Amino acid sequence: MTVNGERYELLVDSRQTLLDALREGLSLYGTKEGCGNGNCGSCTVLLDDKPVDSCLVFALEADGHKVTTVEGLAKDGRLHPVQQSFMEHGSLQCGFCTPGFLVSAKALLDRNPNPTEHEVRLAIAGNLCRCTGYDKIVRAVMDAAAQGRGQRTAG
Amino acid sequence: MREFEYAAPRTVKEAVALLARANGDARCLAGGTDLIAQMKEGRRSPSLIVDIKRIPDLMRLDYVERRGLRLGAGVPCSTIYEHPVVREKYPIIVDACSLVGSLQIQNRASVGGNLCNGAPSADTAPAFLALNATAVVAGPRGRRQLPLTEFFVGPGKTALAPGELLVEIIVPPPPARSAGNYLRFIPRNEMDIAVAGVGSVVVLGAKGVCKDARIALASVAPVPLRAHEAEERLRGRPLDAEAIREAGALAAAACKPISDVRGSADYRRHLVNVLTQRTLYACLKQLGVTGES
Ligand SMILES: Cc1cc2nc3c(=O)[nH]c(=O)nc-3n(C[C@H](O)[C@H](O)[C@H](O)COP(=O)(O)OP(=O)(O)OC[C@H]3O[C@@H](n4cnc5c(N)ncnc54)[C@H](O)[C@@H]3O)c2cc1C
Ligand code: FES
Ligand code: FES
Repeated sequence: MTVNGERYELLVDSRQTLLDALREGLSLYGTKEGCGNGNCGSCTVLLDDKPVDSCLVFALEADGHKVTTVEGLAKDGRLHPVQQSFMEHGSLQCGFCTPGFLVSAKALLDRNPNPTEHEVRLAIAGNLCRCTGYDKIVRAVMDAAAQGRGQRTAG
Repeated sequence: MREFEYAAPRTVKEAVALLARANGDARCLAGGTDLIAQMKEGRRSPSLIVDIKRIPDLMRLDYVERRGLRLGAGVPCSTIYEHPVVREKYPIIVDACSLVGSLQIQNRASVGGNLCNGAPSADTAPAFLALNATAVVAGPRGRRQLPLTEFFVGPGKTALAPGELLVEIIVPPPPARSAGNYLRFIPRNEMDIAVAGVGSVVVLGAKGVCKDARIALASVAPVPLRAHEAEERLRGRPLDAEAIREAGALAAAACKPISDVRGSADYRRHLVNVLTQRTLYACLKQLGVTGES
């Protein structure tokens, strides 16, 4: 499979989830396991550019597919706009849920660079945060979208 | 989790052969959002997993004017509700598929898996029941078709015989002047199991008279079911407030709900009554007929 643009060959046990393979097989510890059953979204990765809960995907199913984890968001040492915006807005406390939110937010902005607040809330409805109360997260995503638009108009 | 074999066949024939070899100890894997969770909990421990997502027949979504919609059993919900033909012709499918879990879940969860899992609360079941859908099933003795109304047998039980798999769901083309809507009630805004769900499809004839109505219910009986008496009461009558009120009451009478942590049986009956009326008004609104609400 291709992870964050690099091709990997991995020997996995049939029972291993994509989440296990990323963490244990590839030492990509950004993706977190919260609930293990699809409810918290902390294990969110992009599978062929679509957000999925990697705890509910067997590693074998990803054979031949493209995976993007939170480690793949920054490019050439520069944070992704949504990462930058999370920092500026203080959109995290313990940070456990943050990688999942960042991946969900990136997928939303790729698909819809100009989301309404409602659309942002829908896109992250599958991500749970026990600390922040969500408002700062929503604001960060909206702001990253606005800045993306600014950059495009400027350039 | 018990160790298991994994296979990803390329044809329905291969899948059937694999299932046959495992003697009922195999399970199909579509999106895995039910199955993998169940395996982690130890509620299921198949010796063989047959991943069906590499079989073109099961990943197809197409519409043919006379035959209608052919929906491969493995197509994920988000692909379905984003499809332009589905959006144009089957708003009720869009309603149902966009309610299944979160976006992460919708990118994996299939309608086939939702139906085959056999949960009384399956959100896509009422939509497809109300659309008069047919299930195409393949097994050791070839293919057979059955109306979706015969597909649900009991909680967690479907009409699939051991070794059979669901290939596709066929939905007839929507009649002229028809509309459909699915609504469910959950205690929060997103991501929960329906306390009650109602899907309605309405076909209007001349002068606002109801030519046909199909009403299907989820979460309020051991299996998703049609509310035939409510449908009967509407056919041939103008779809006015009185008719809609009566249909709501009859739909509520048709269900056999249990009381559980999510709601009492009485509460569920009340919800069915209200949701039935709301779905019918939503259909009228889609058809440009102003109904009160
Ligand atoms: C967090 C979360 C939220 C959820 N929210 C909802 C919700 O709001 N509404 C709702 O209805 N459901 C919900 N679900 C349940 C689940 O996502 C759905 O039932 C989903 O549609 C199942 O589809 P799948 O493709 O993932 O099925 P899988 O898990 O792959 O399969 C489900 C079952 O069907 C069998 N199966 C699958 N495909 C076939 C086939 N072609 N032939 C024969 N057997 C087959 C499998 O062997 C398995 O037993 C939720 C689940 C989670 C984890
Ligand atoms: S760990 Fe996957 S959704 Fe919670
Ligand atoms: S910041 Fe702690 S769970 Fe979200």
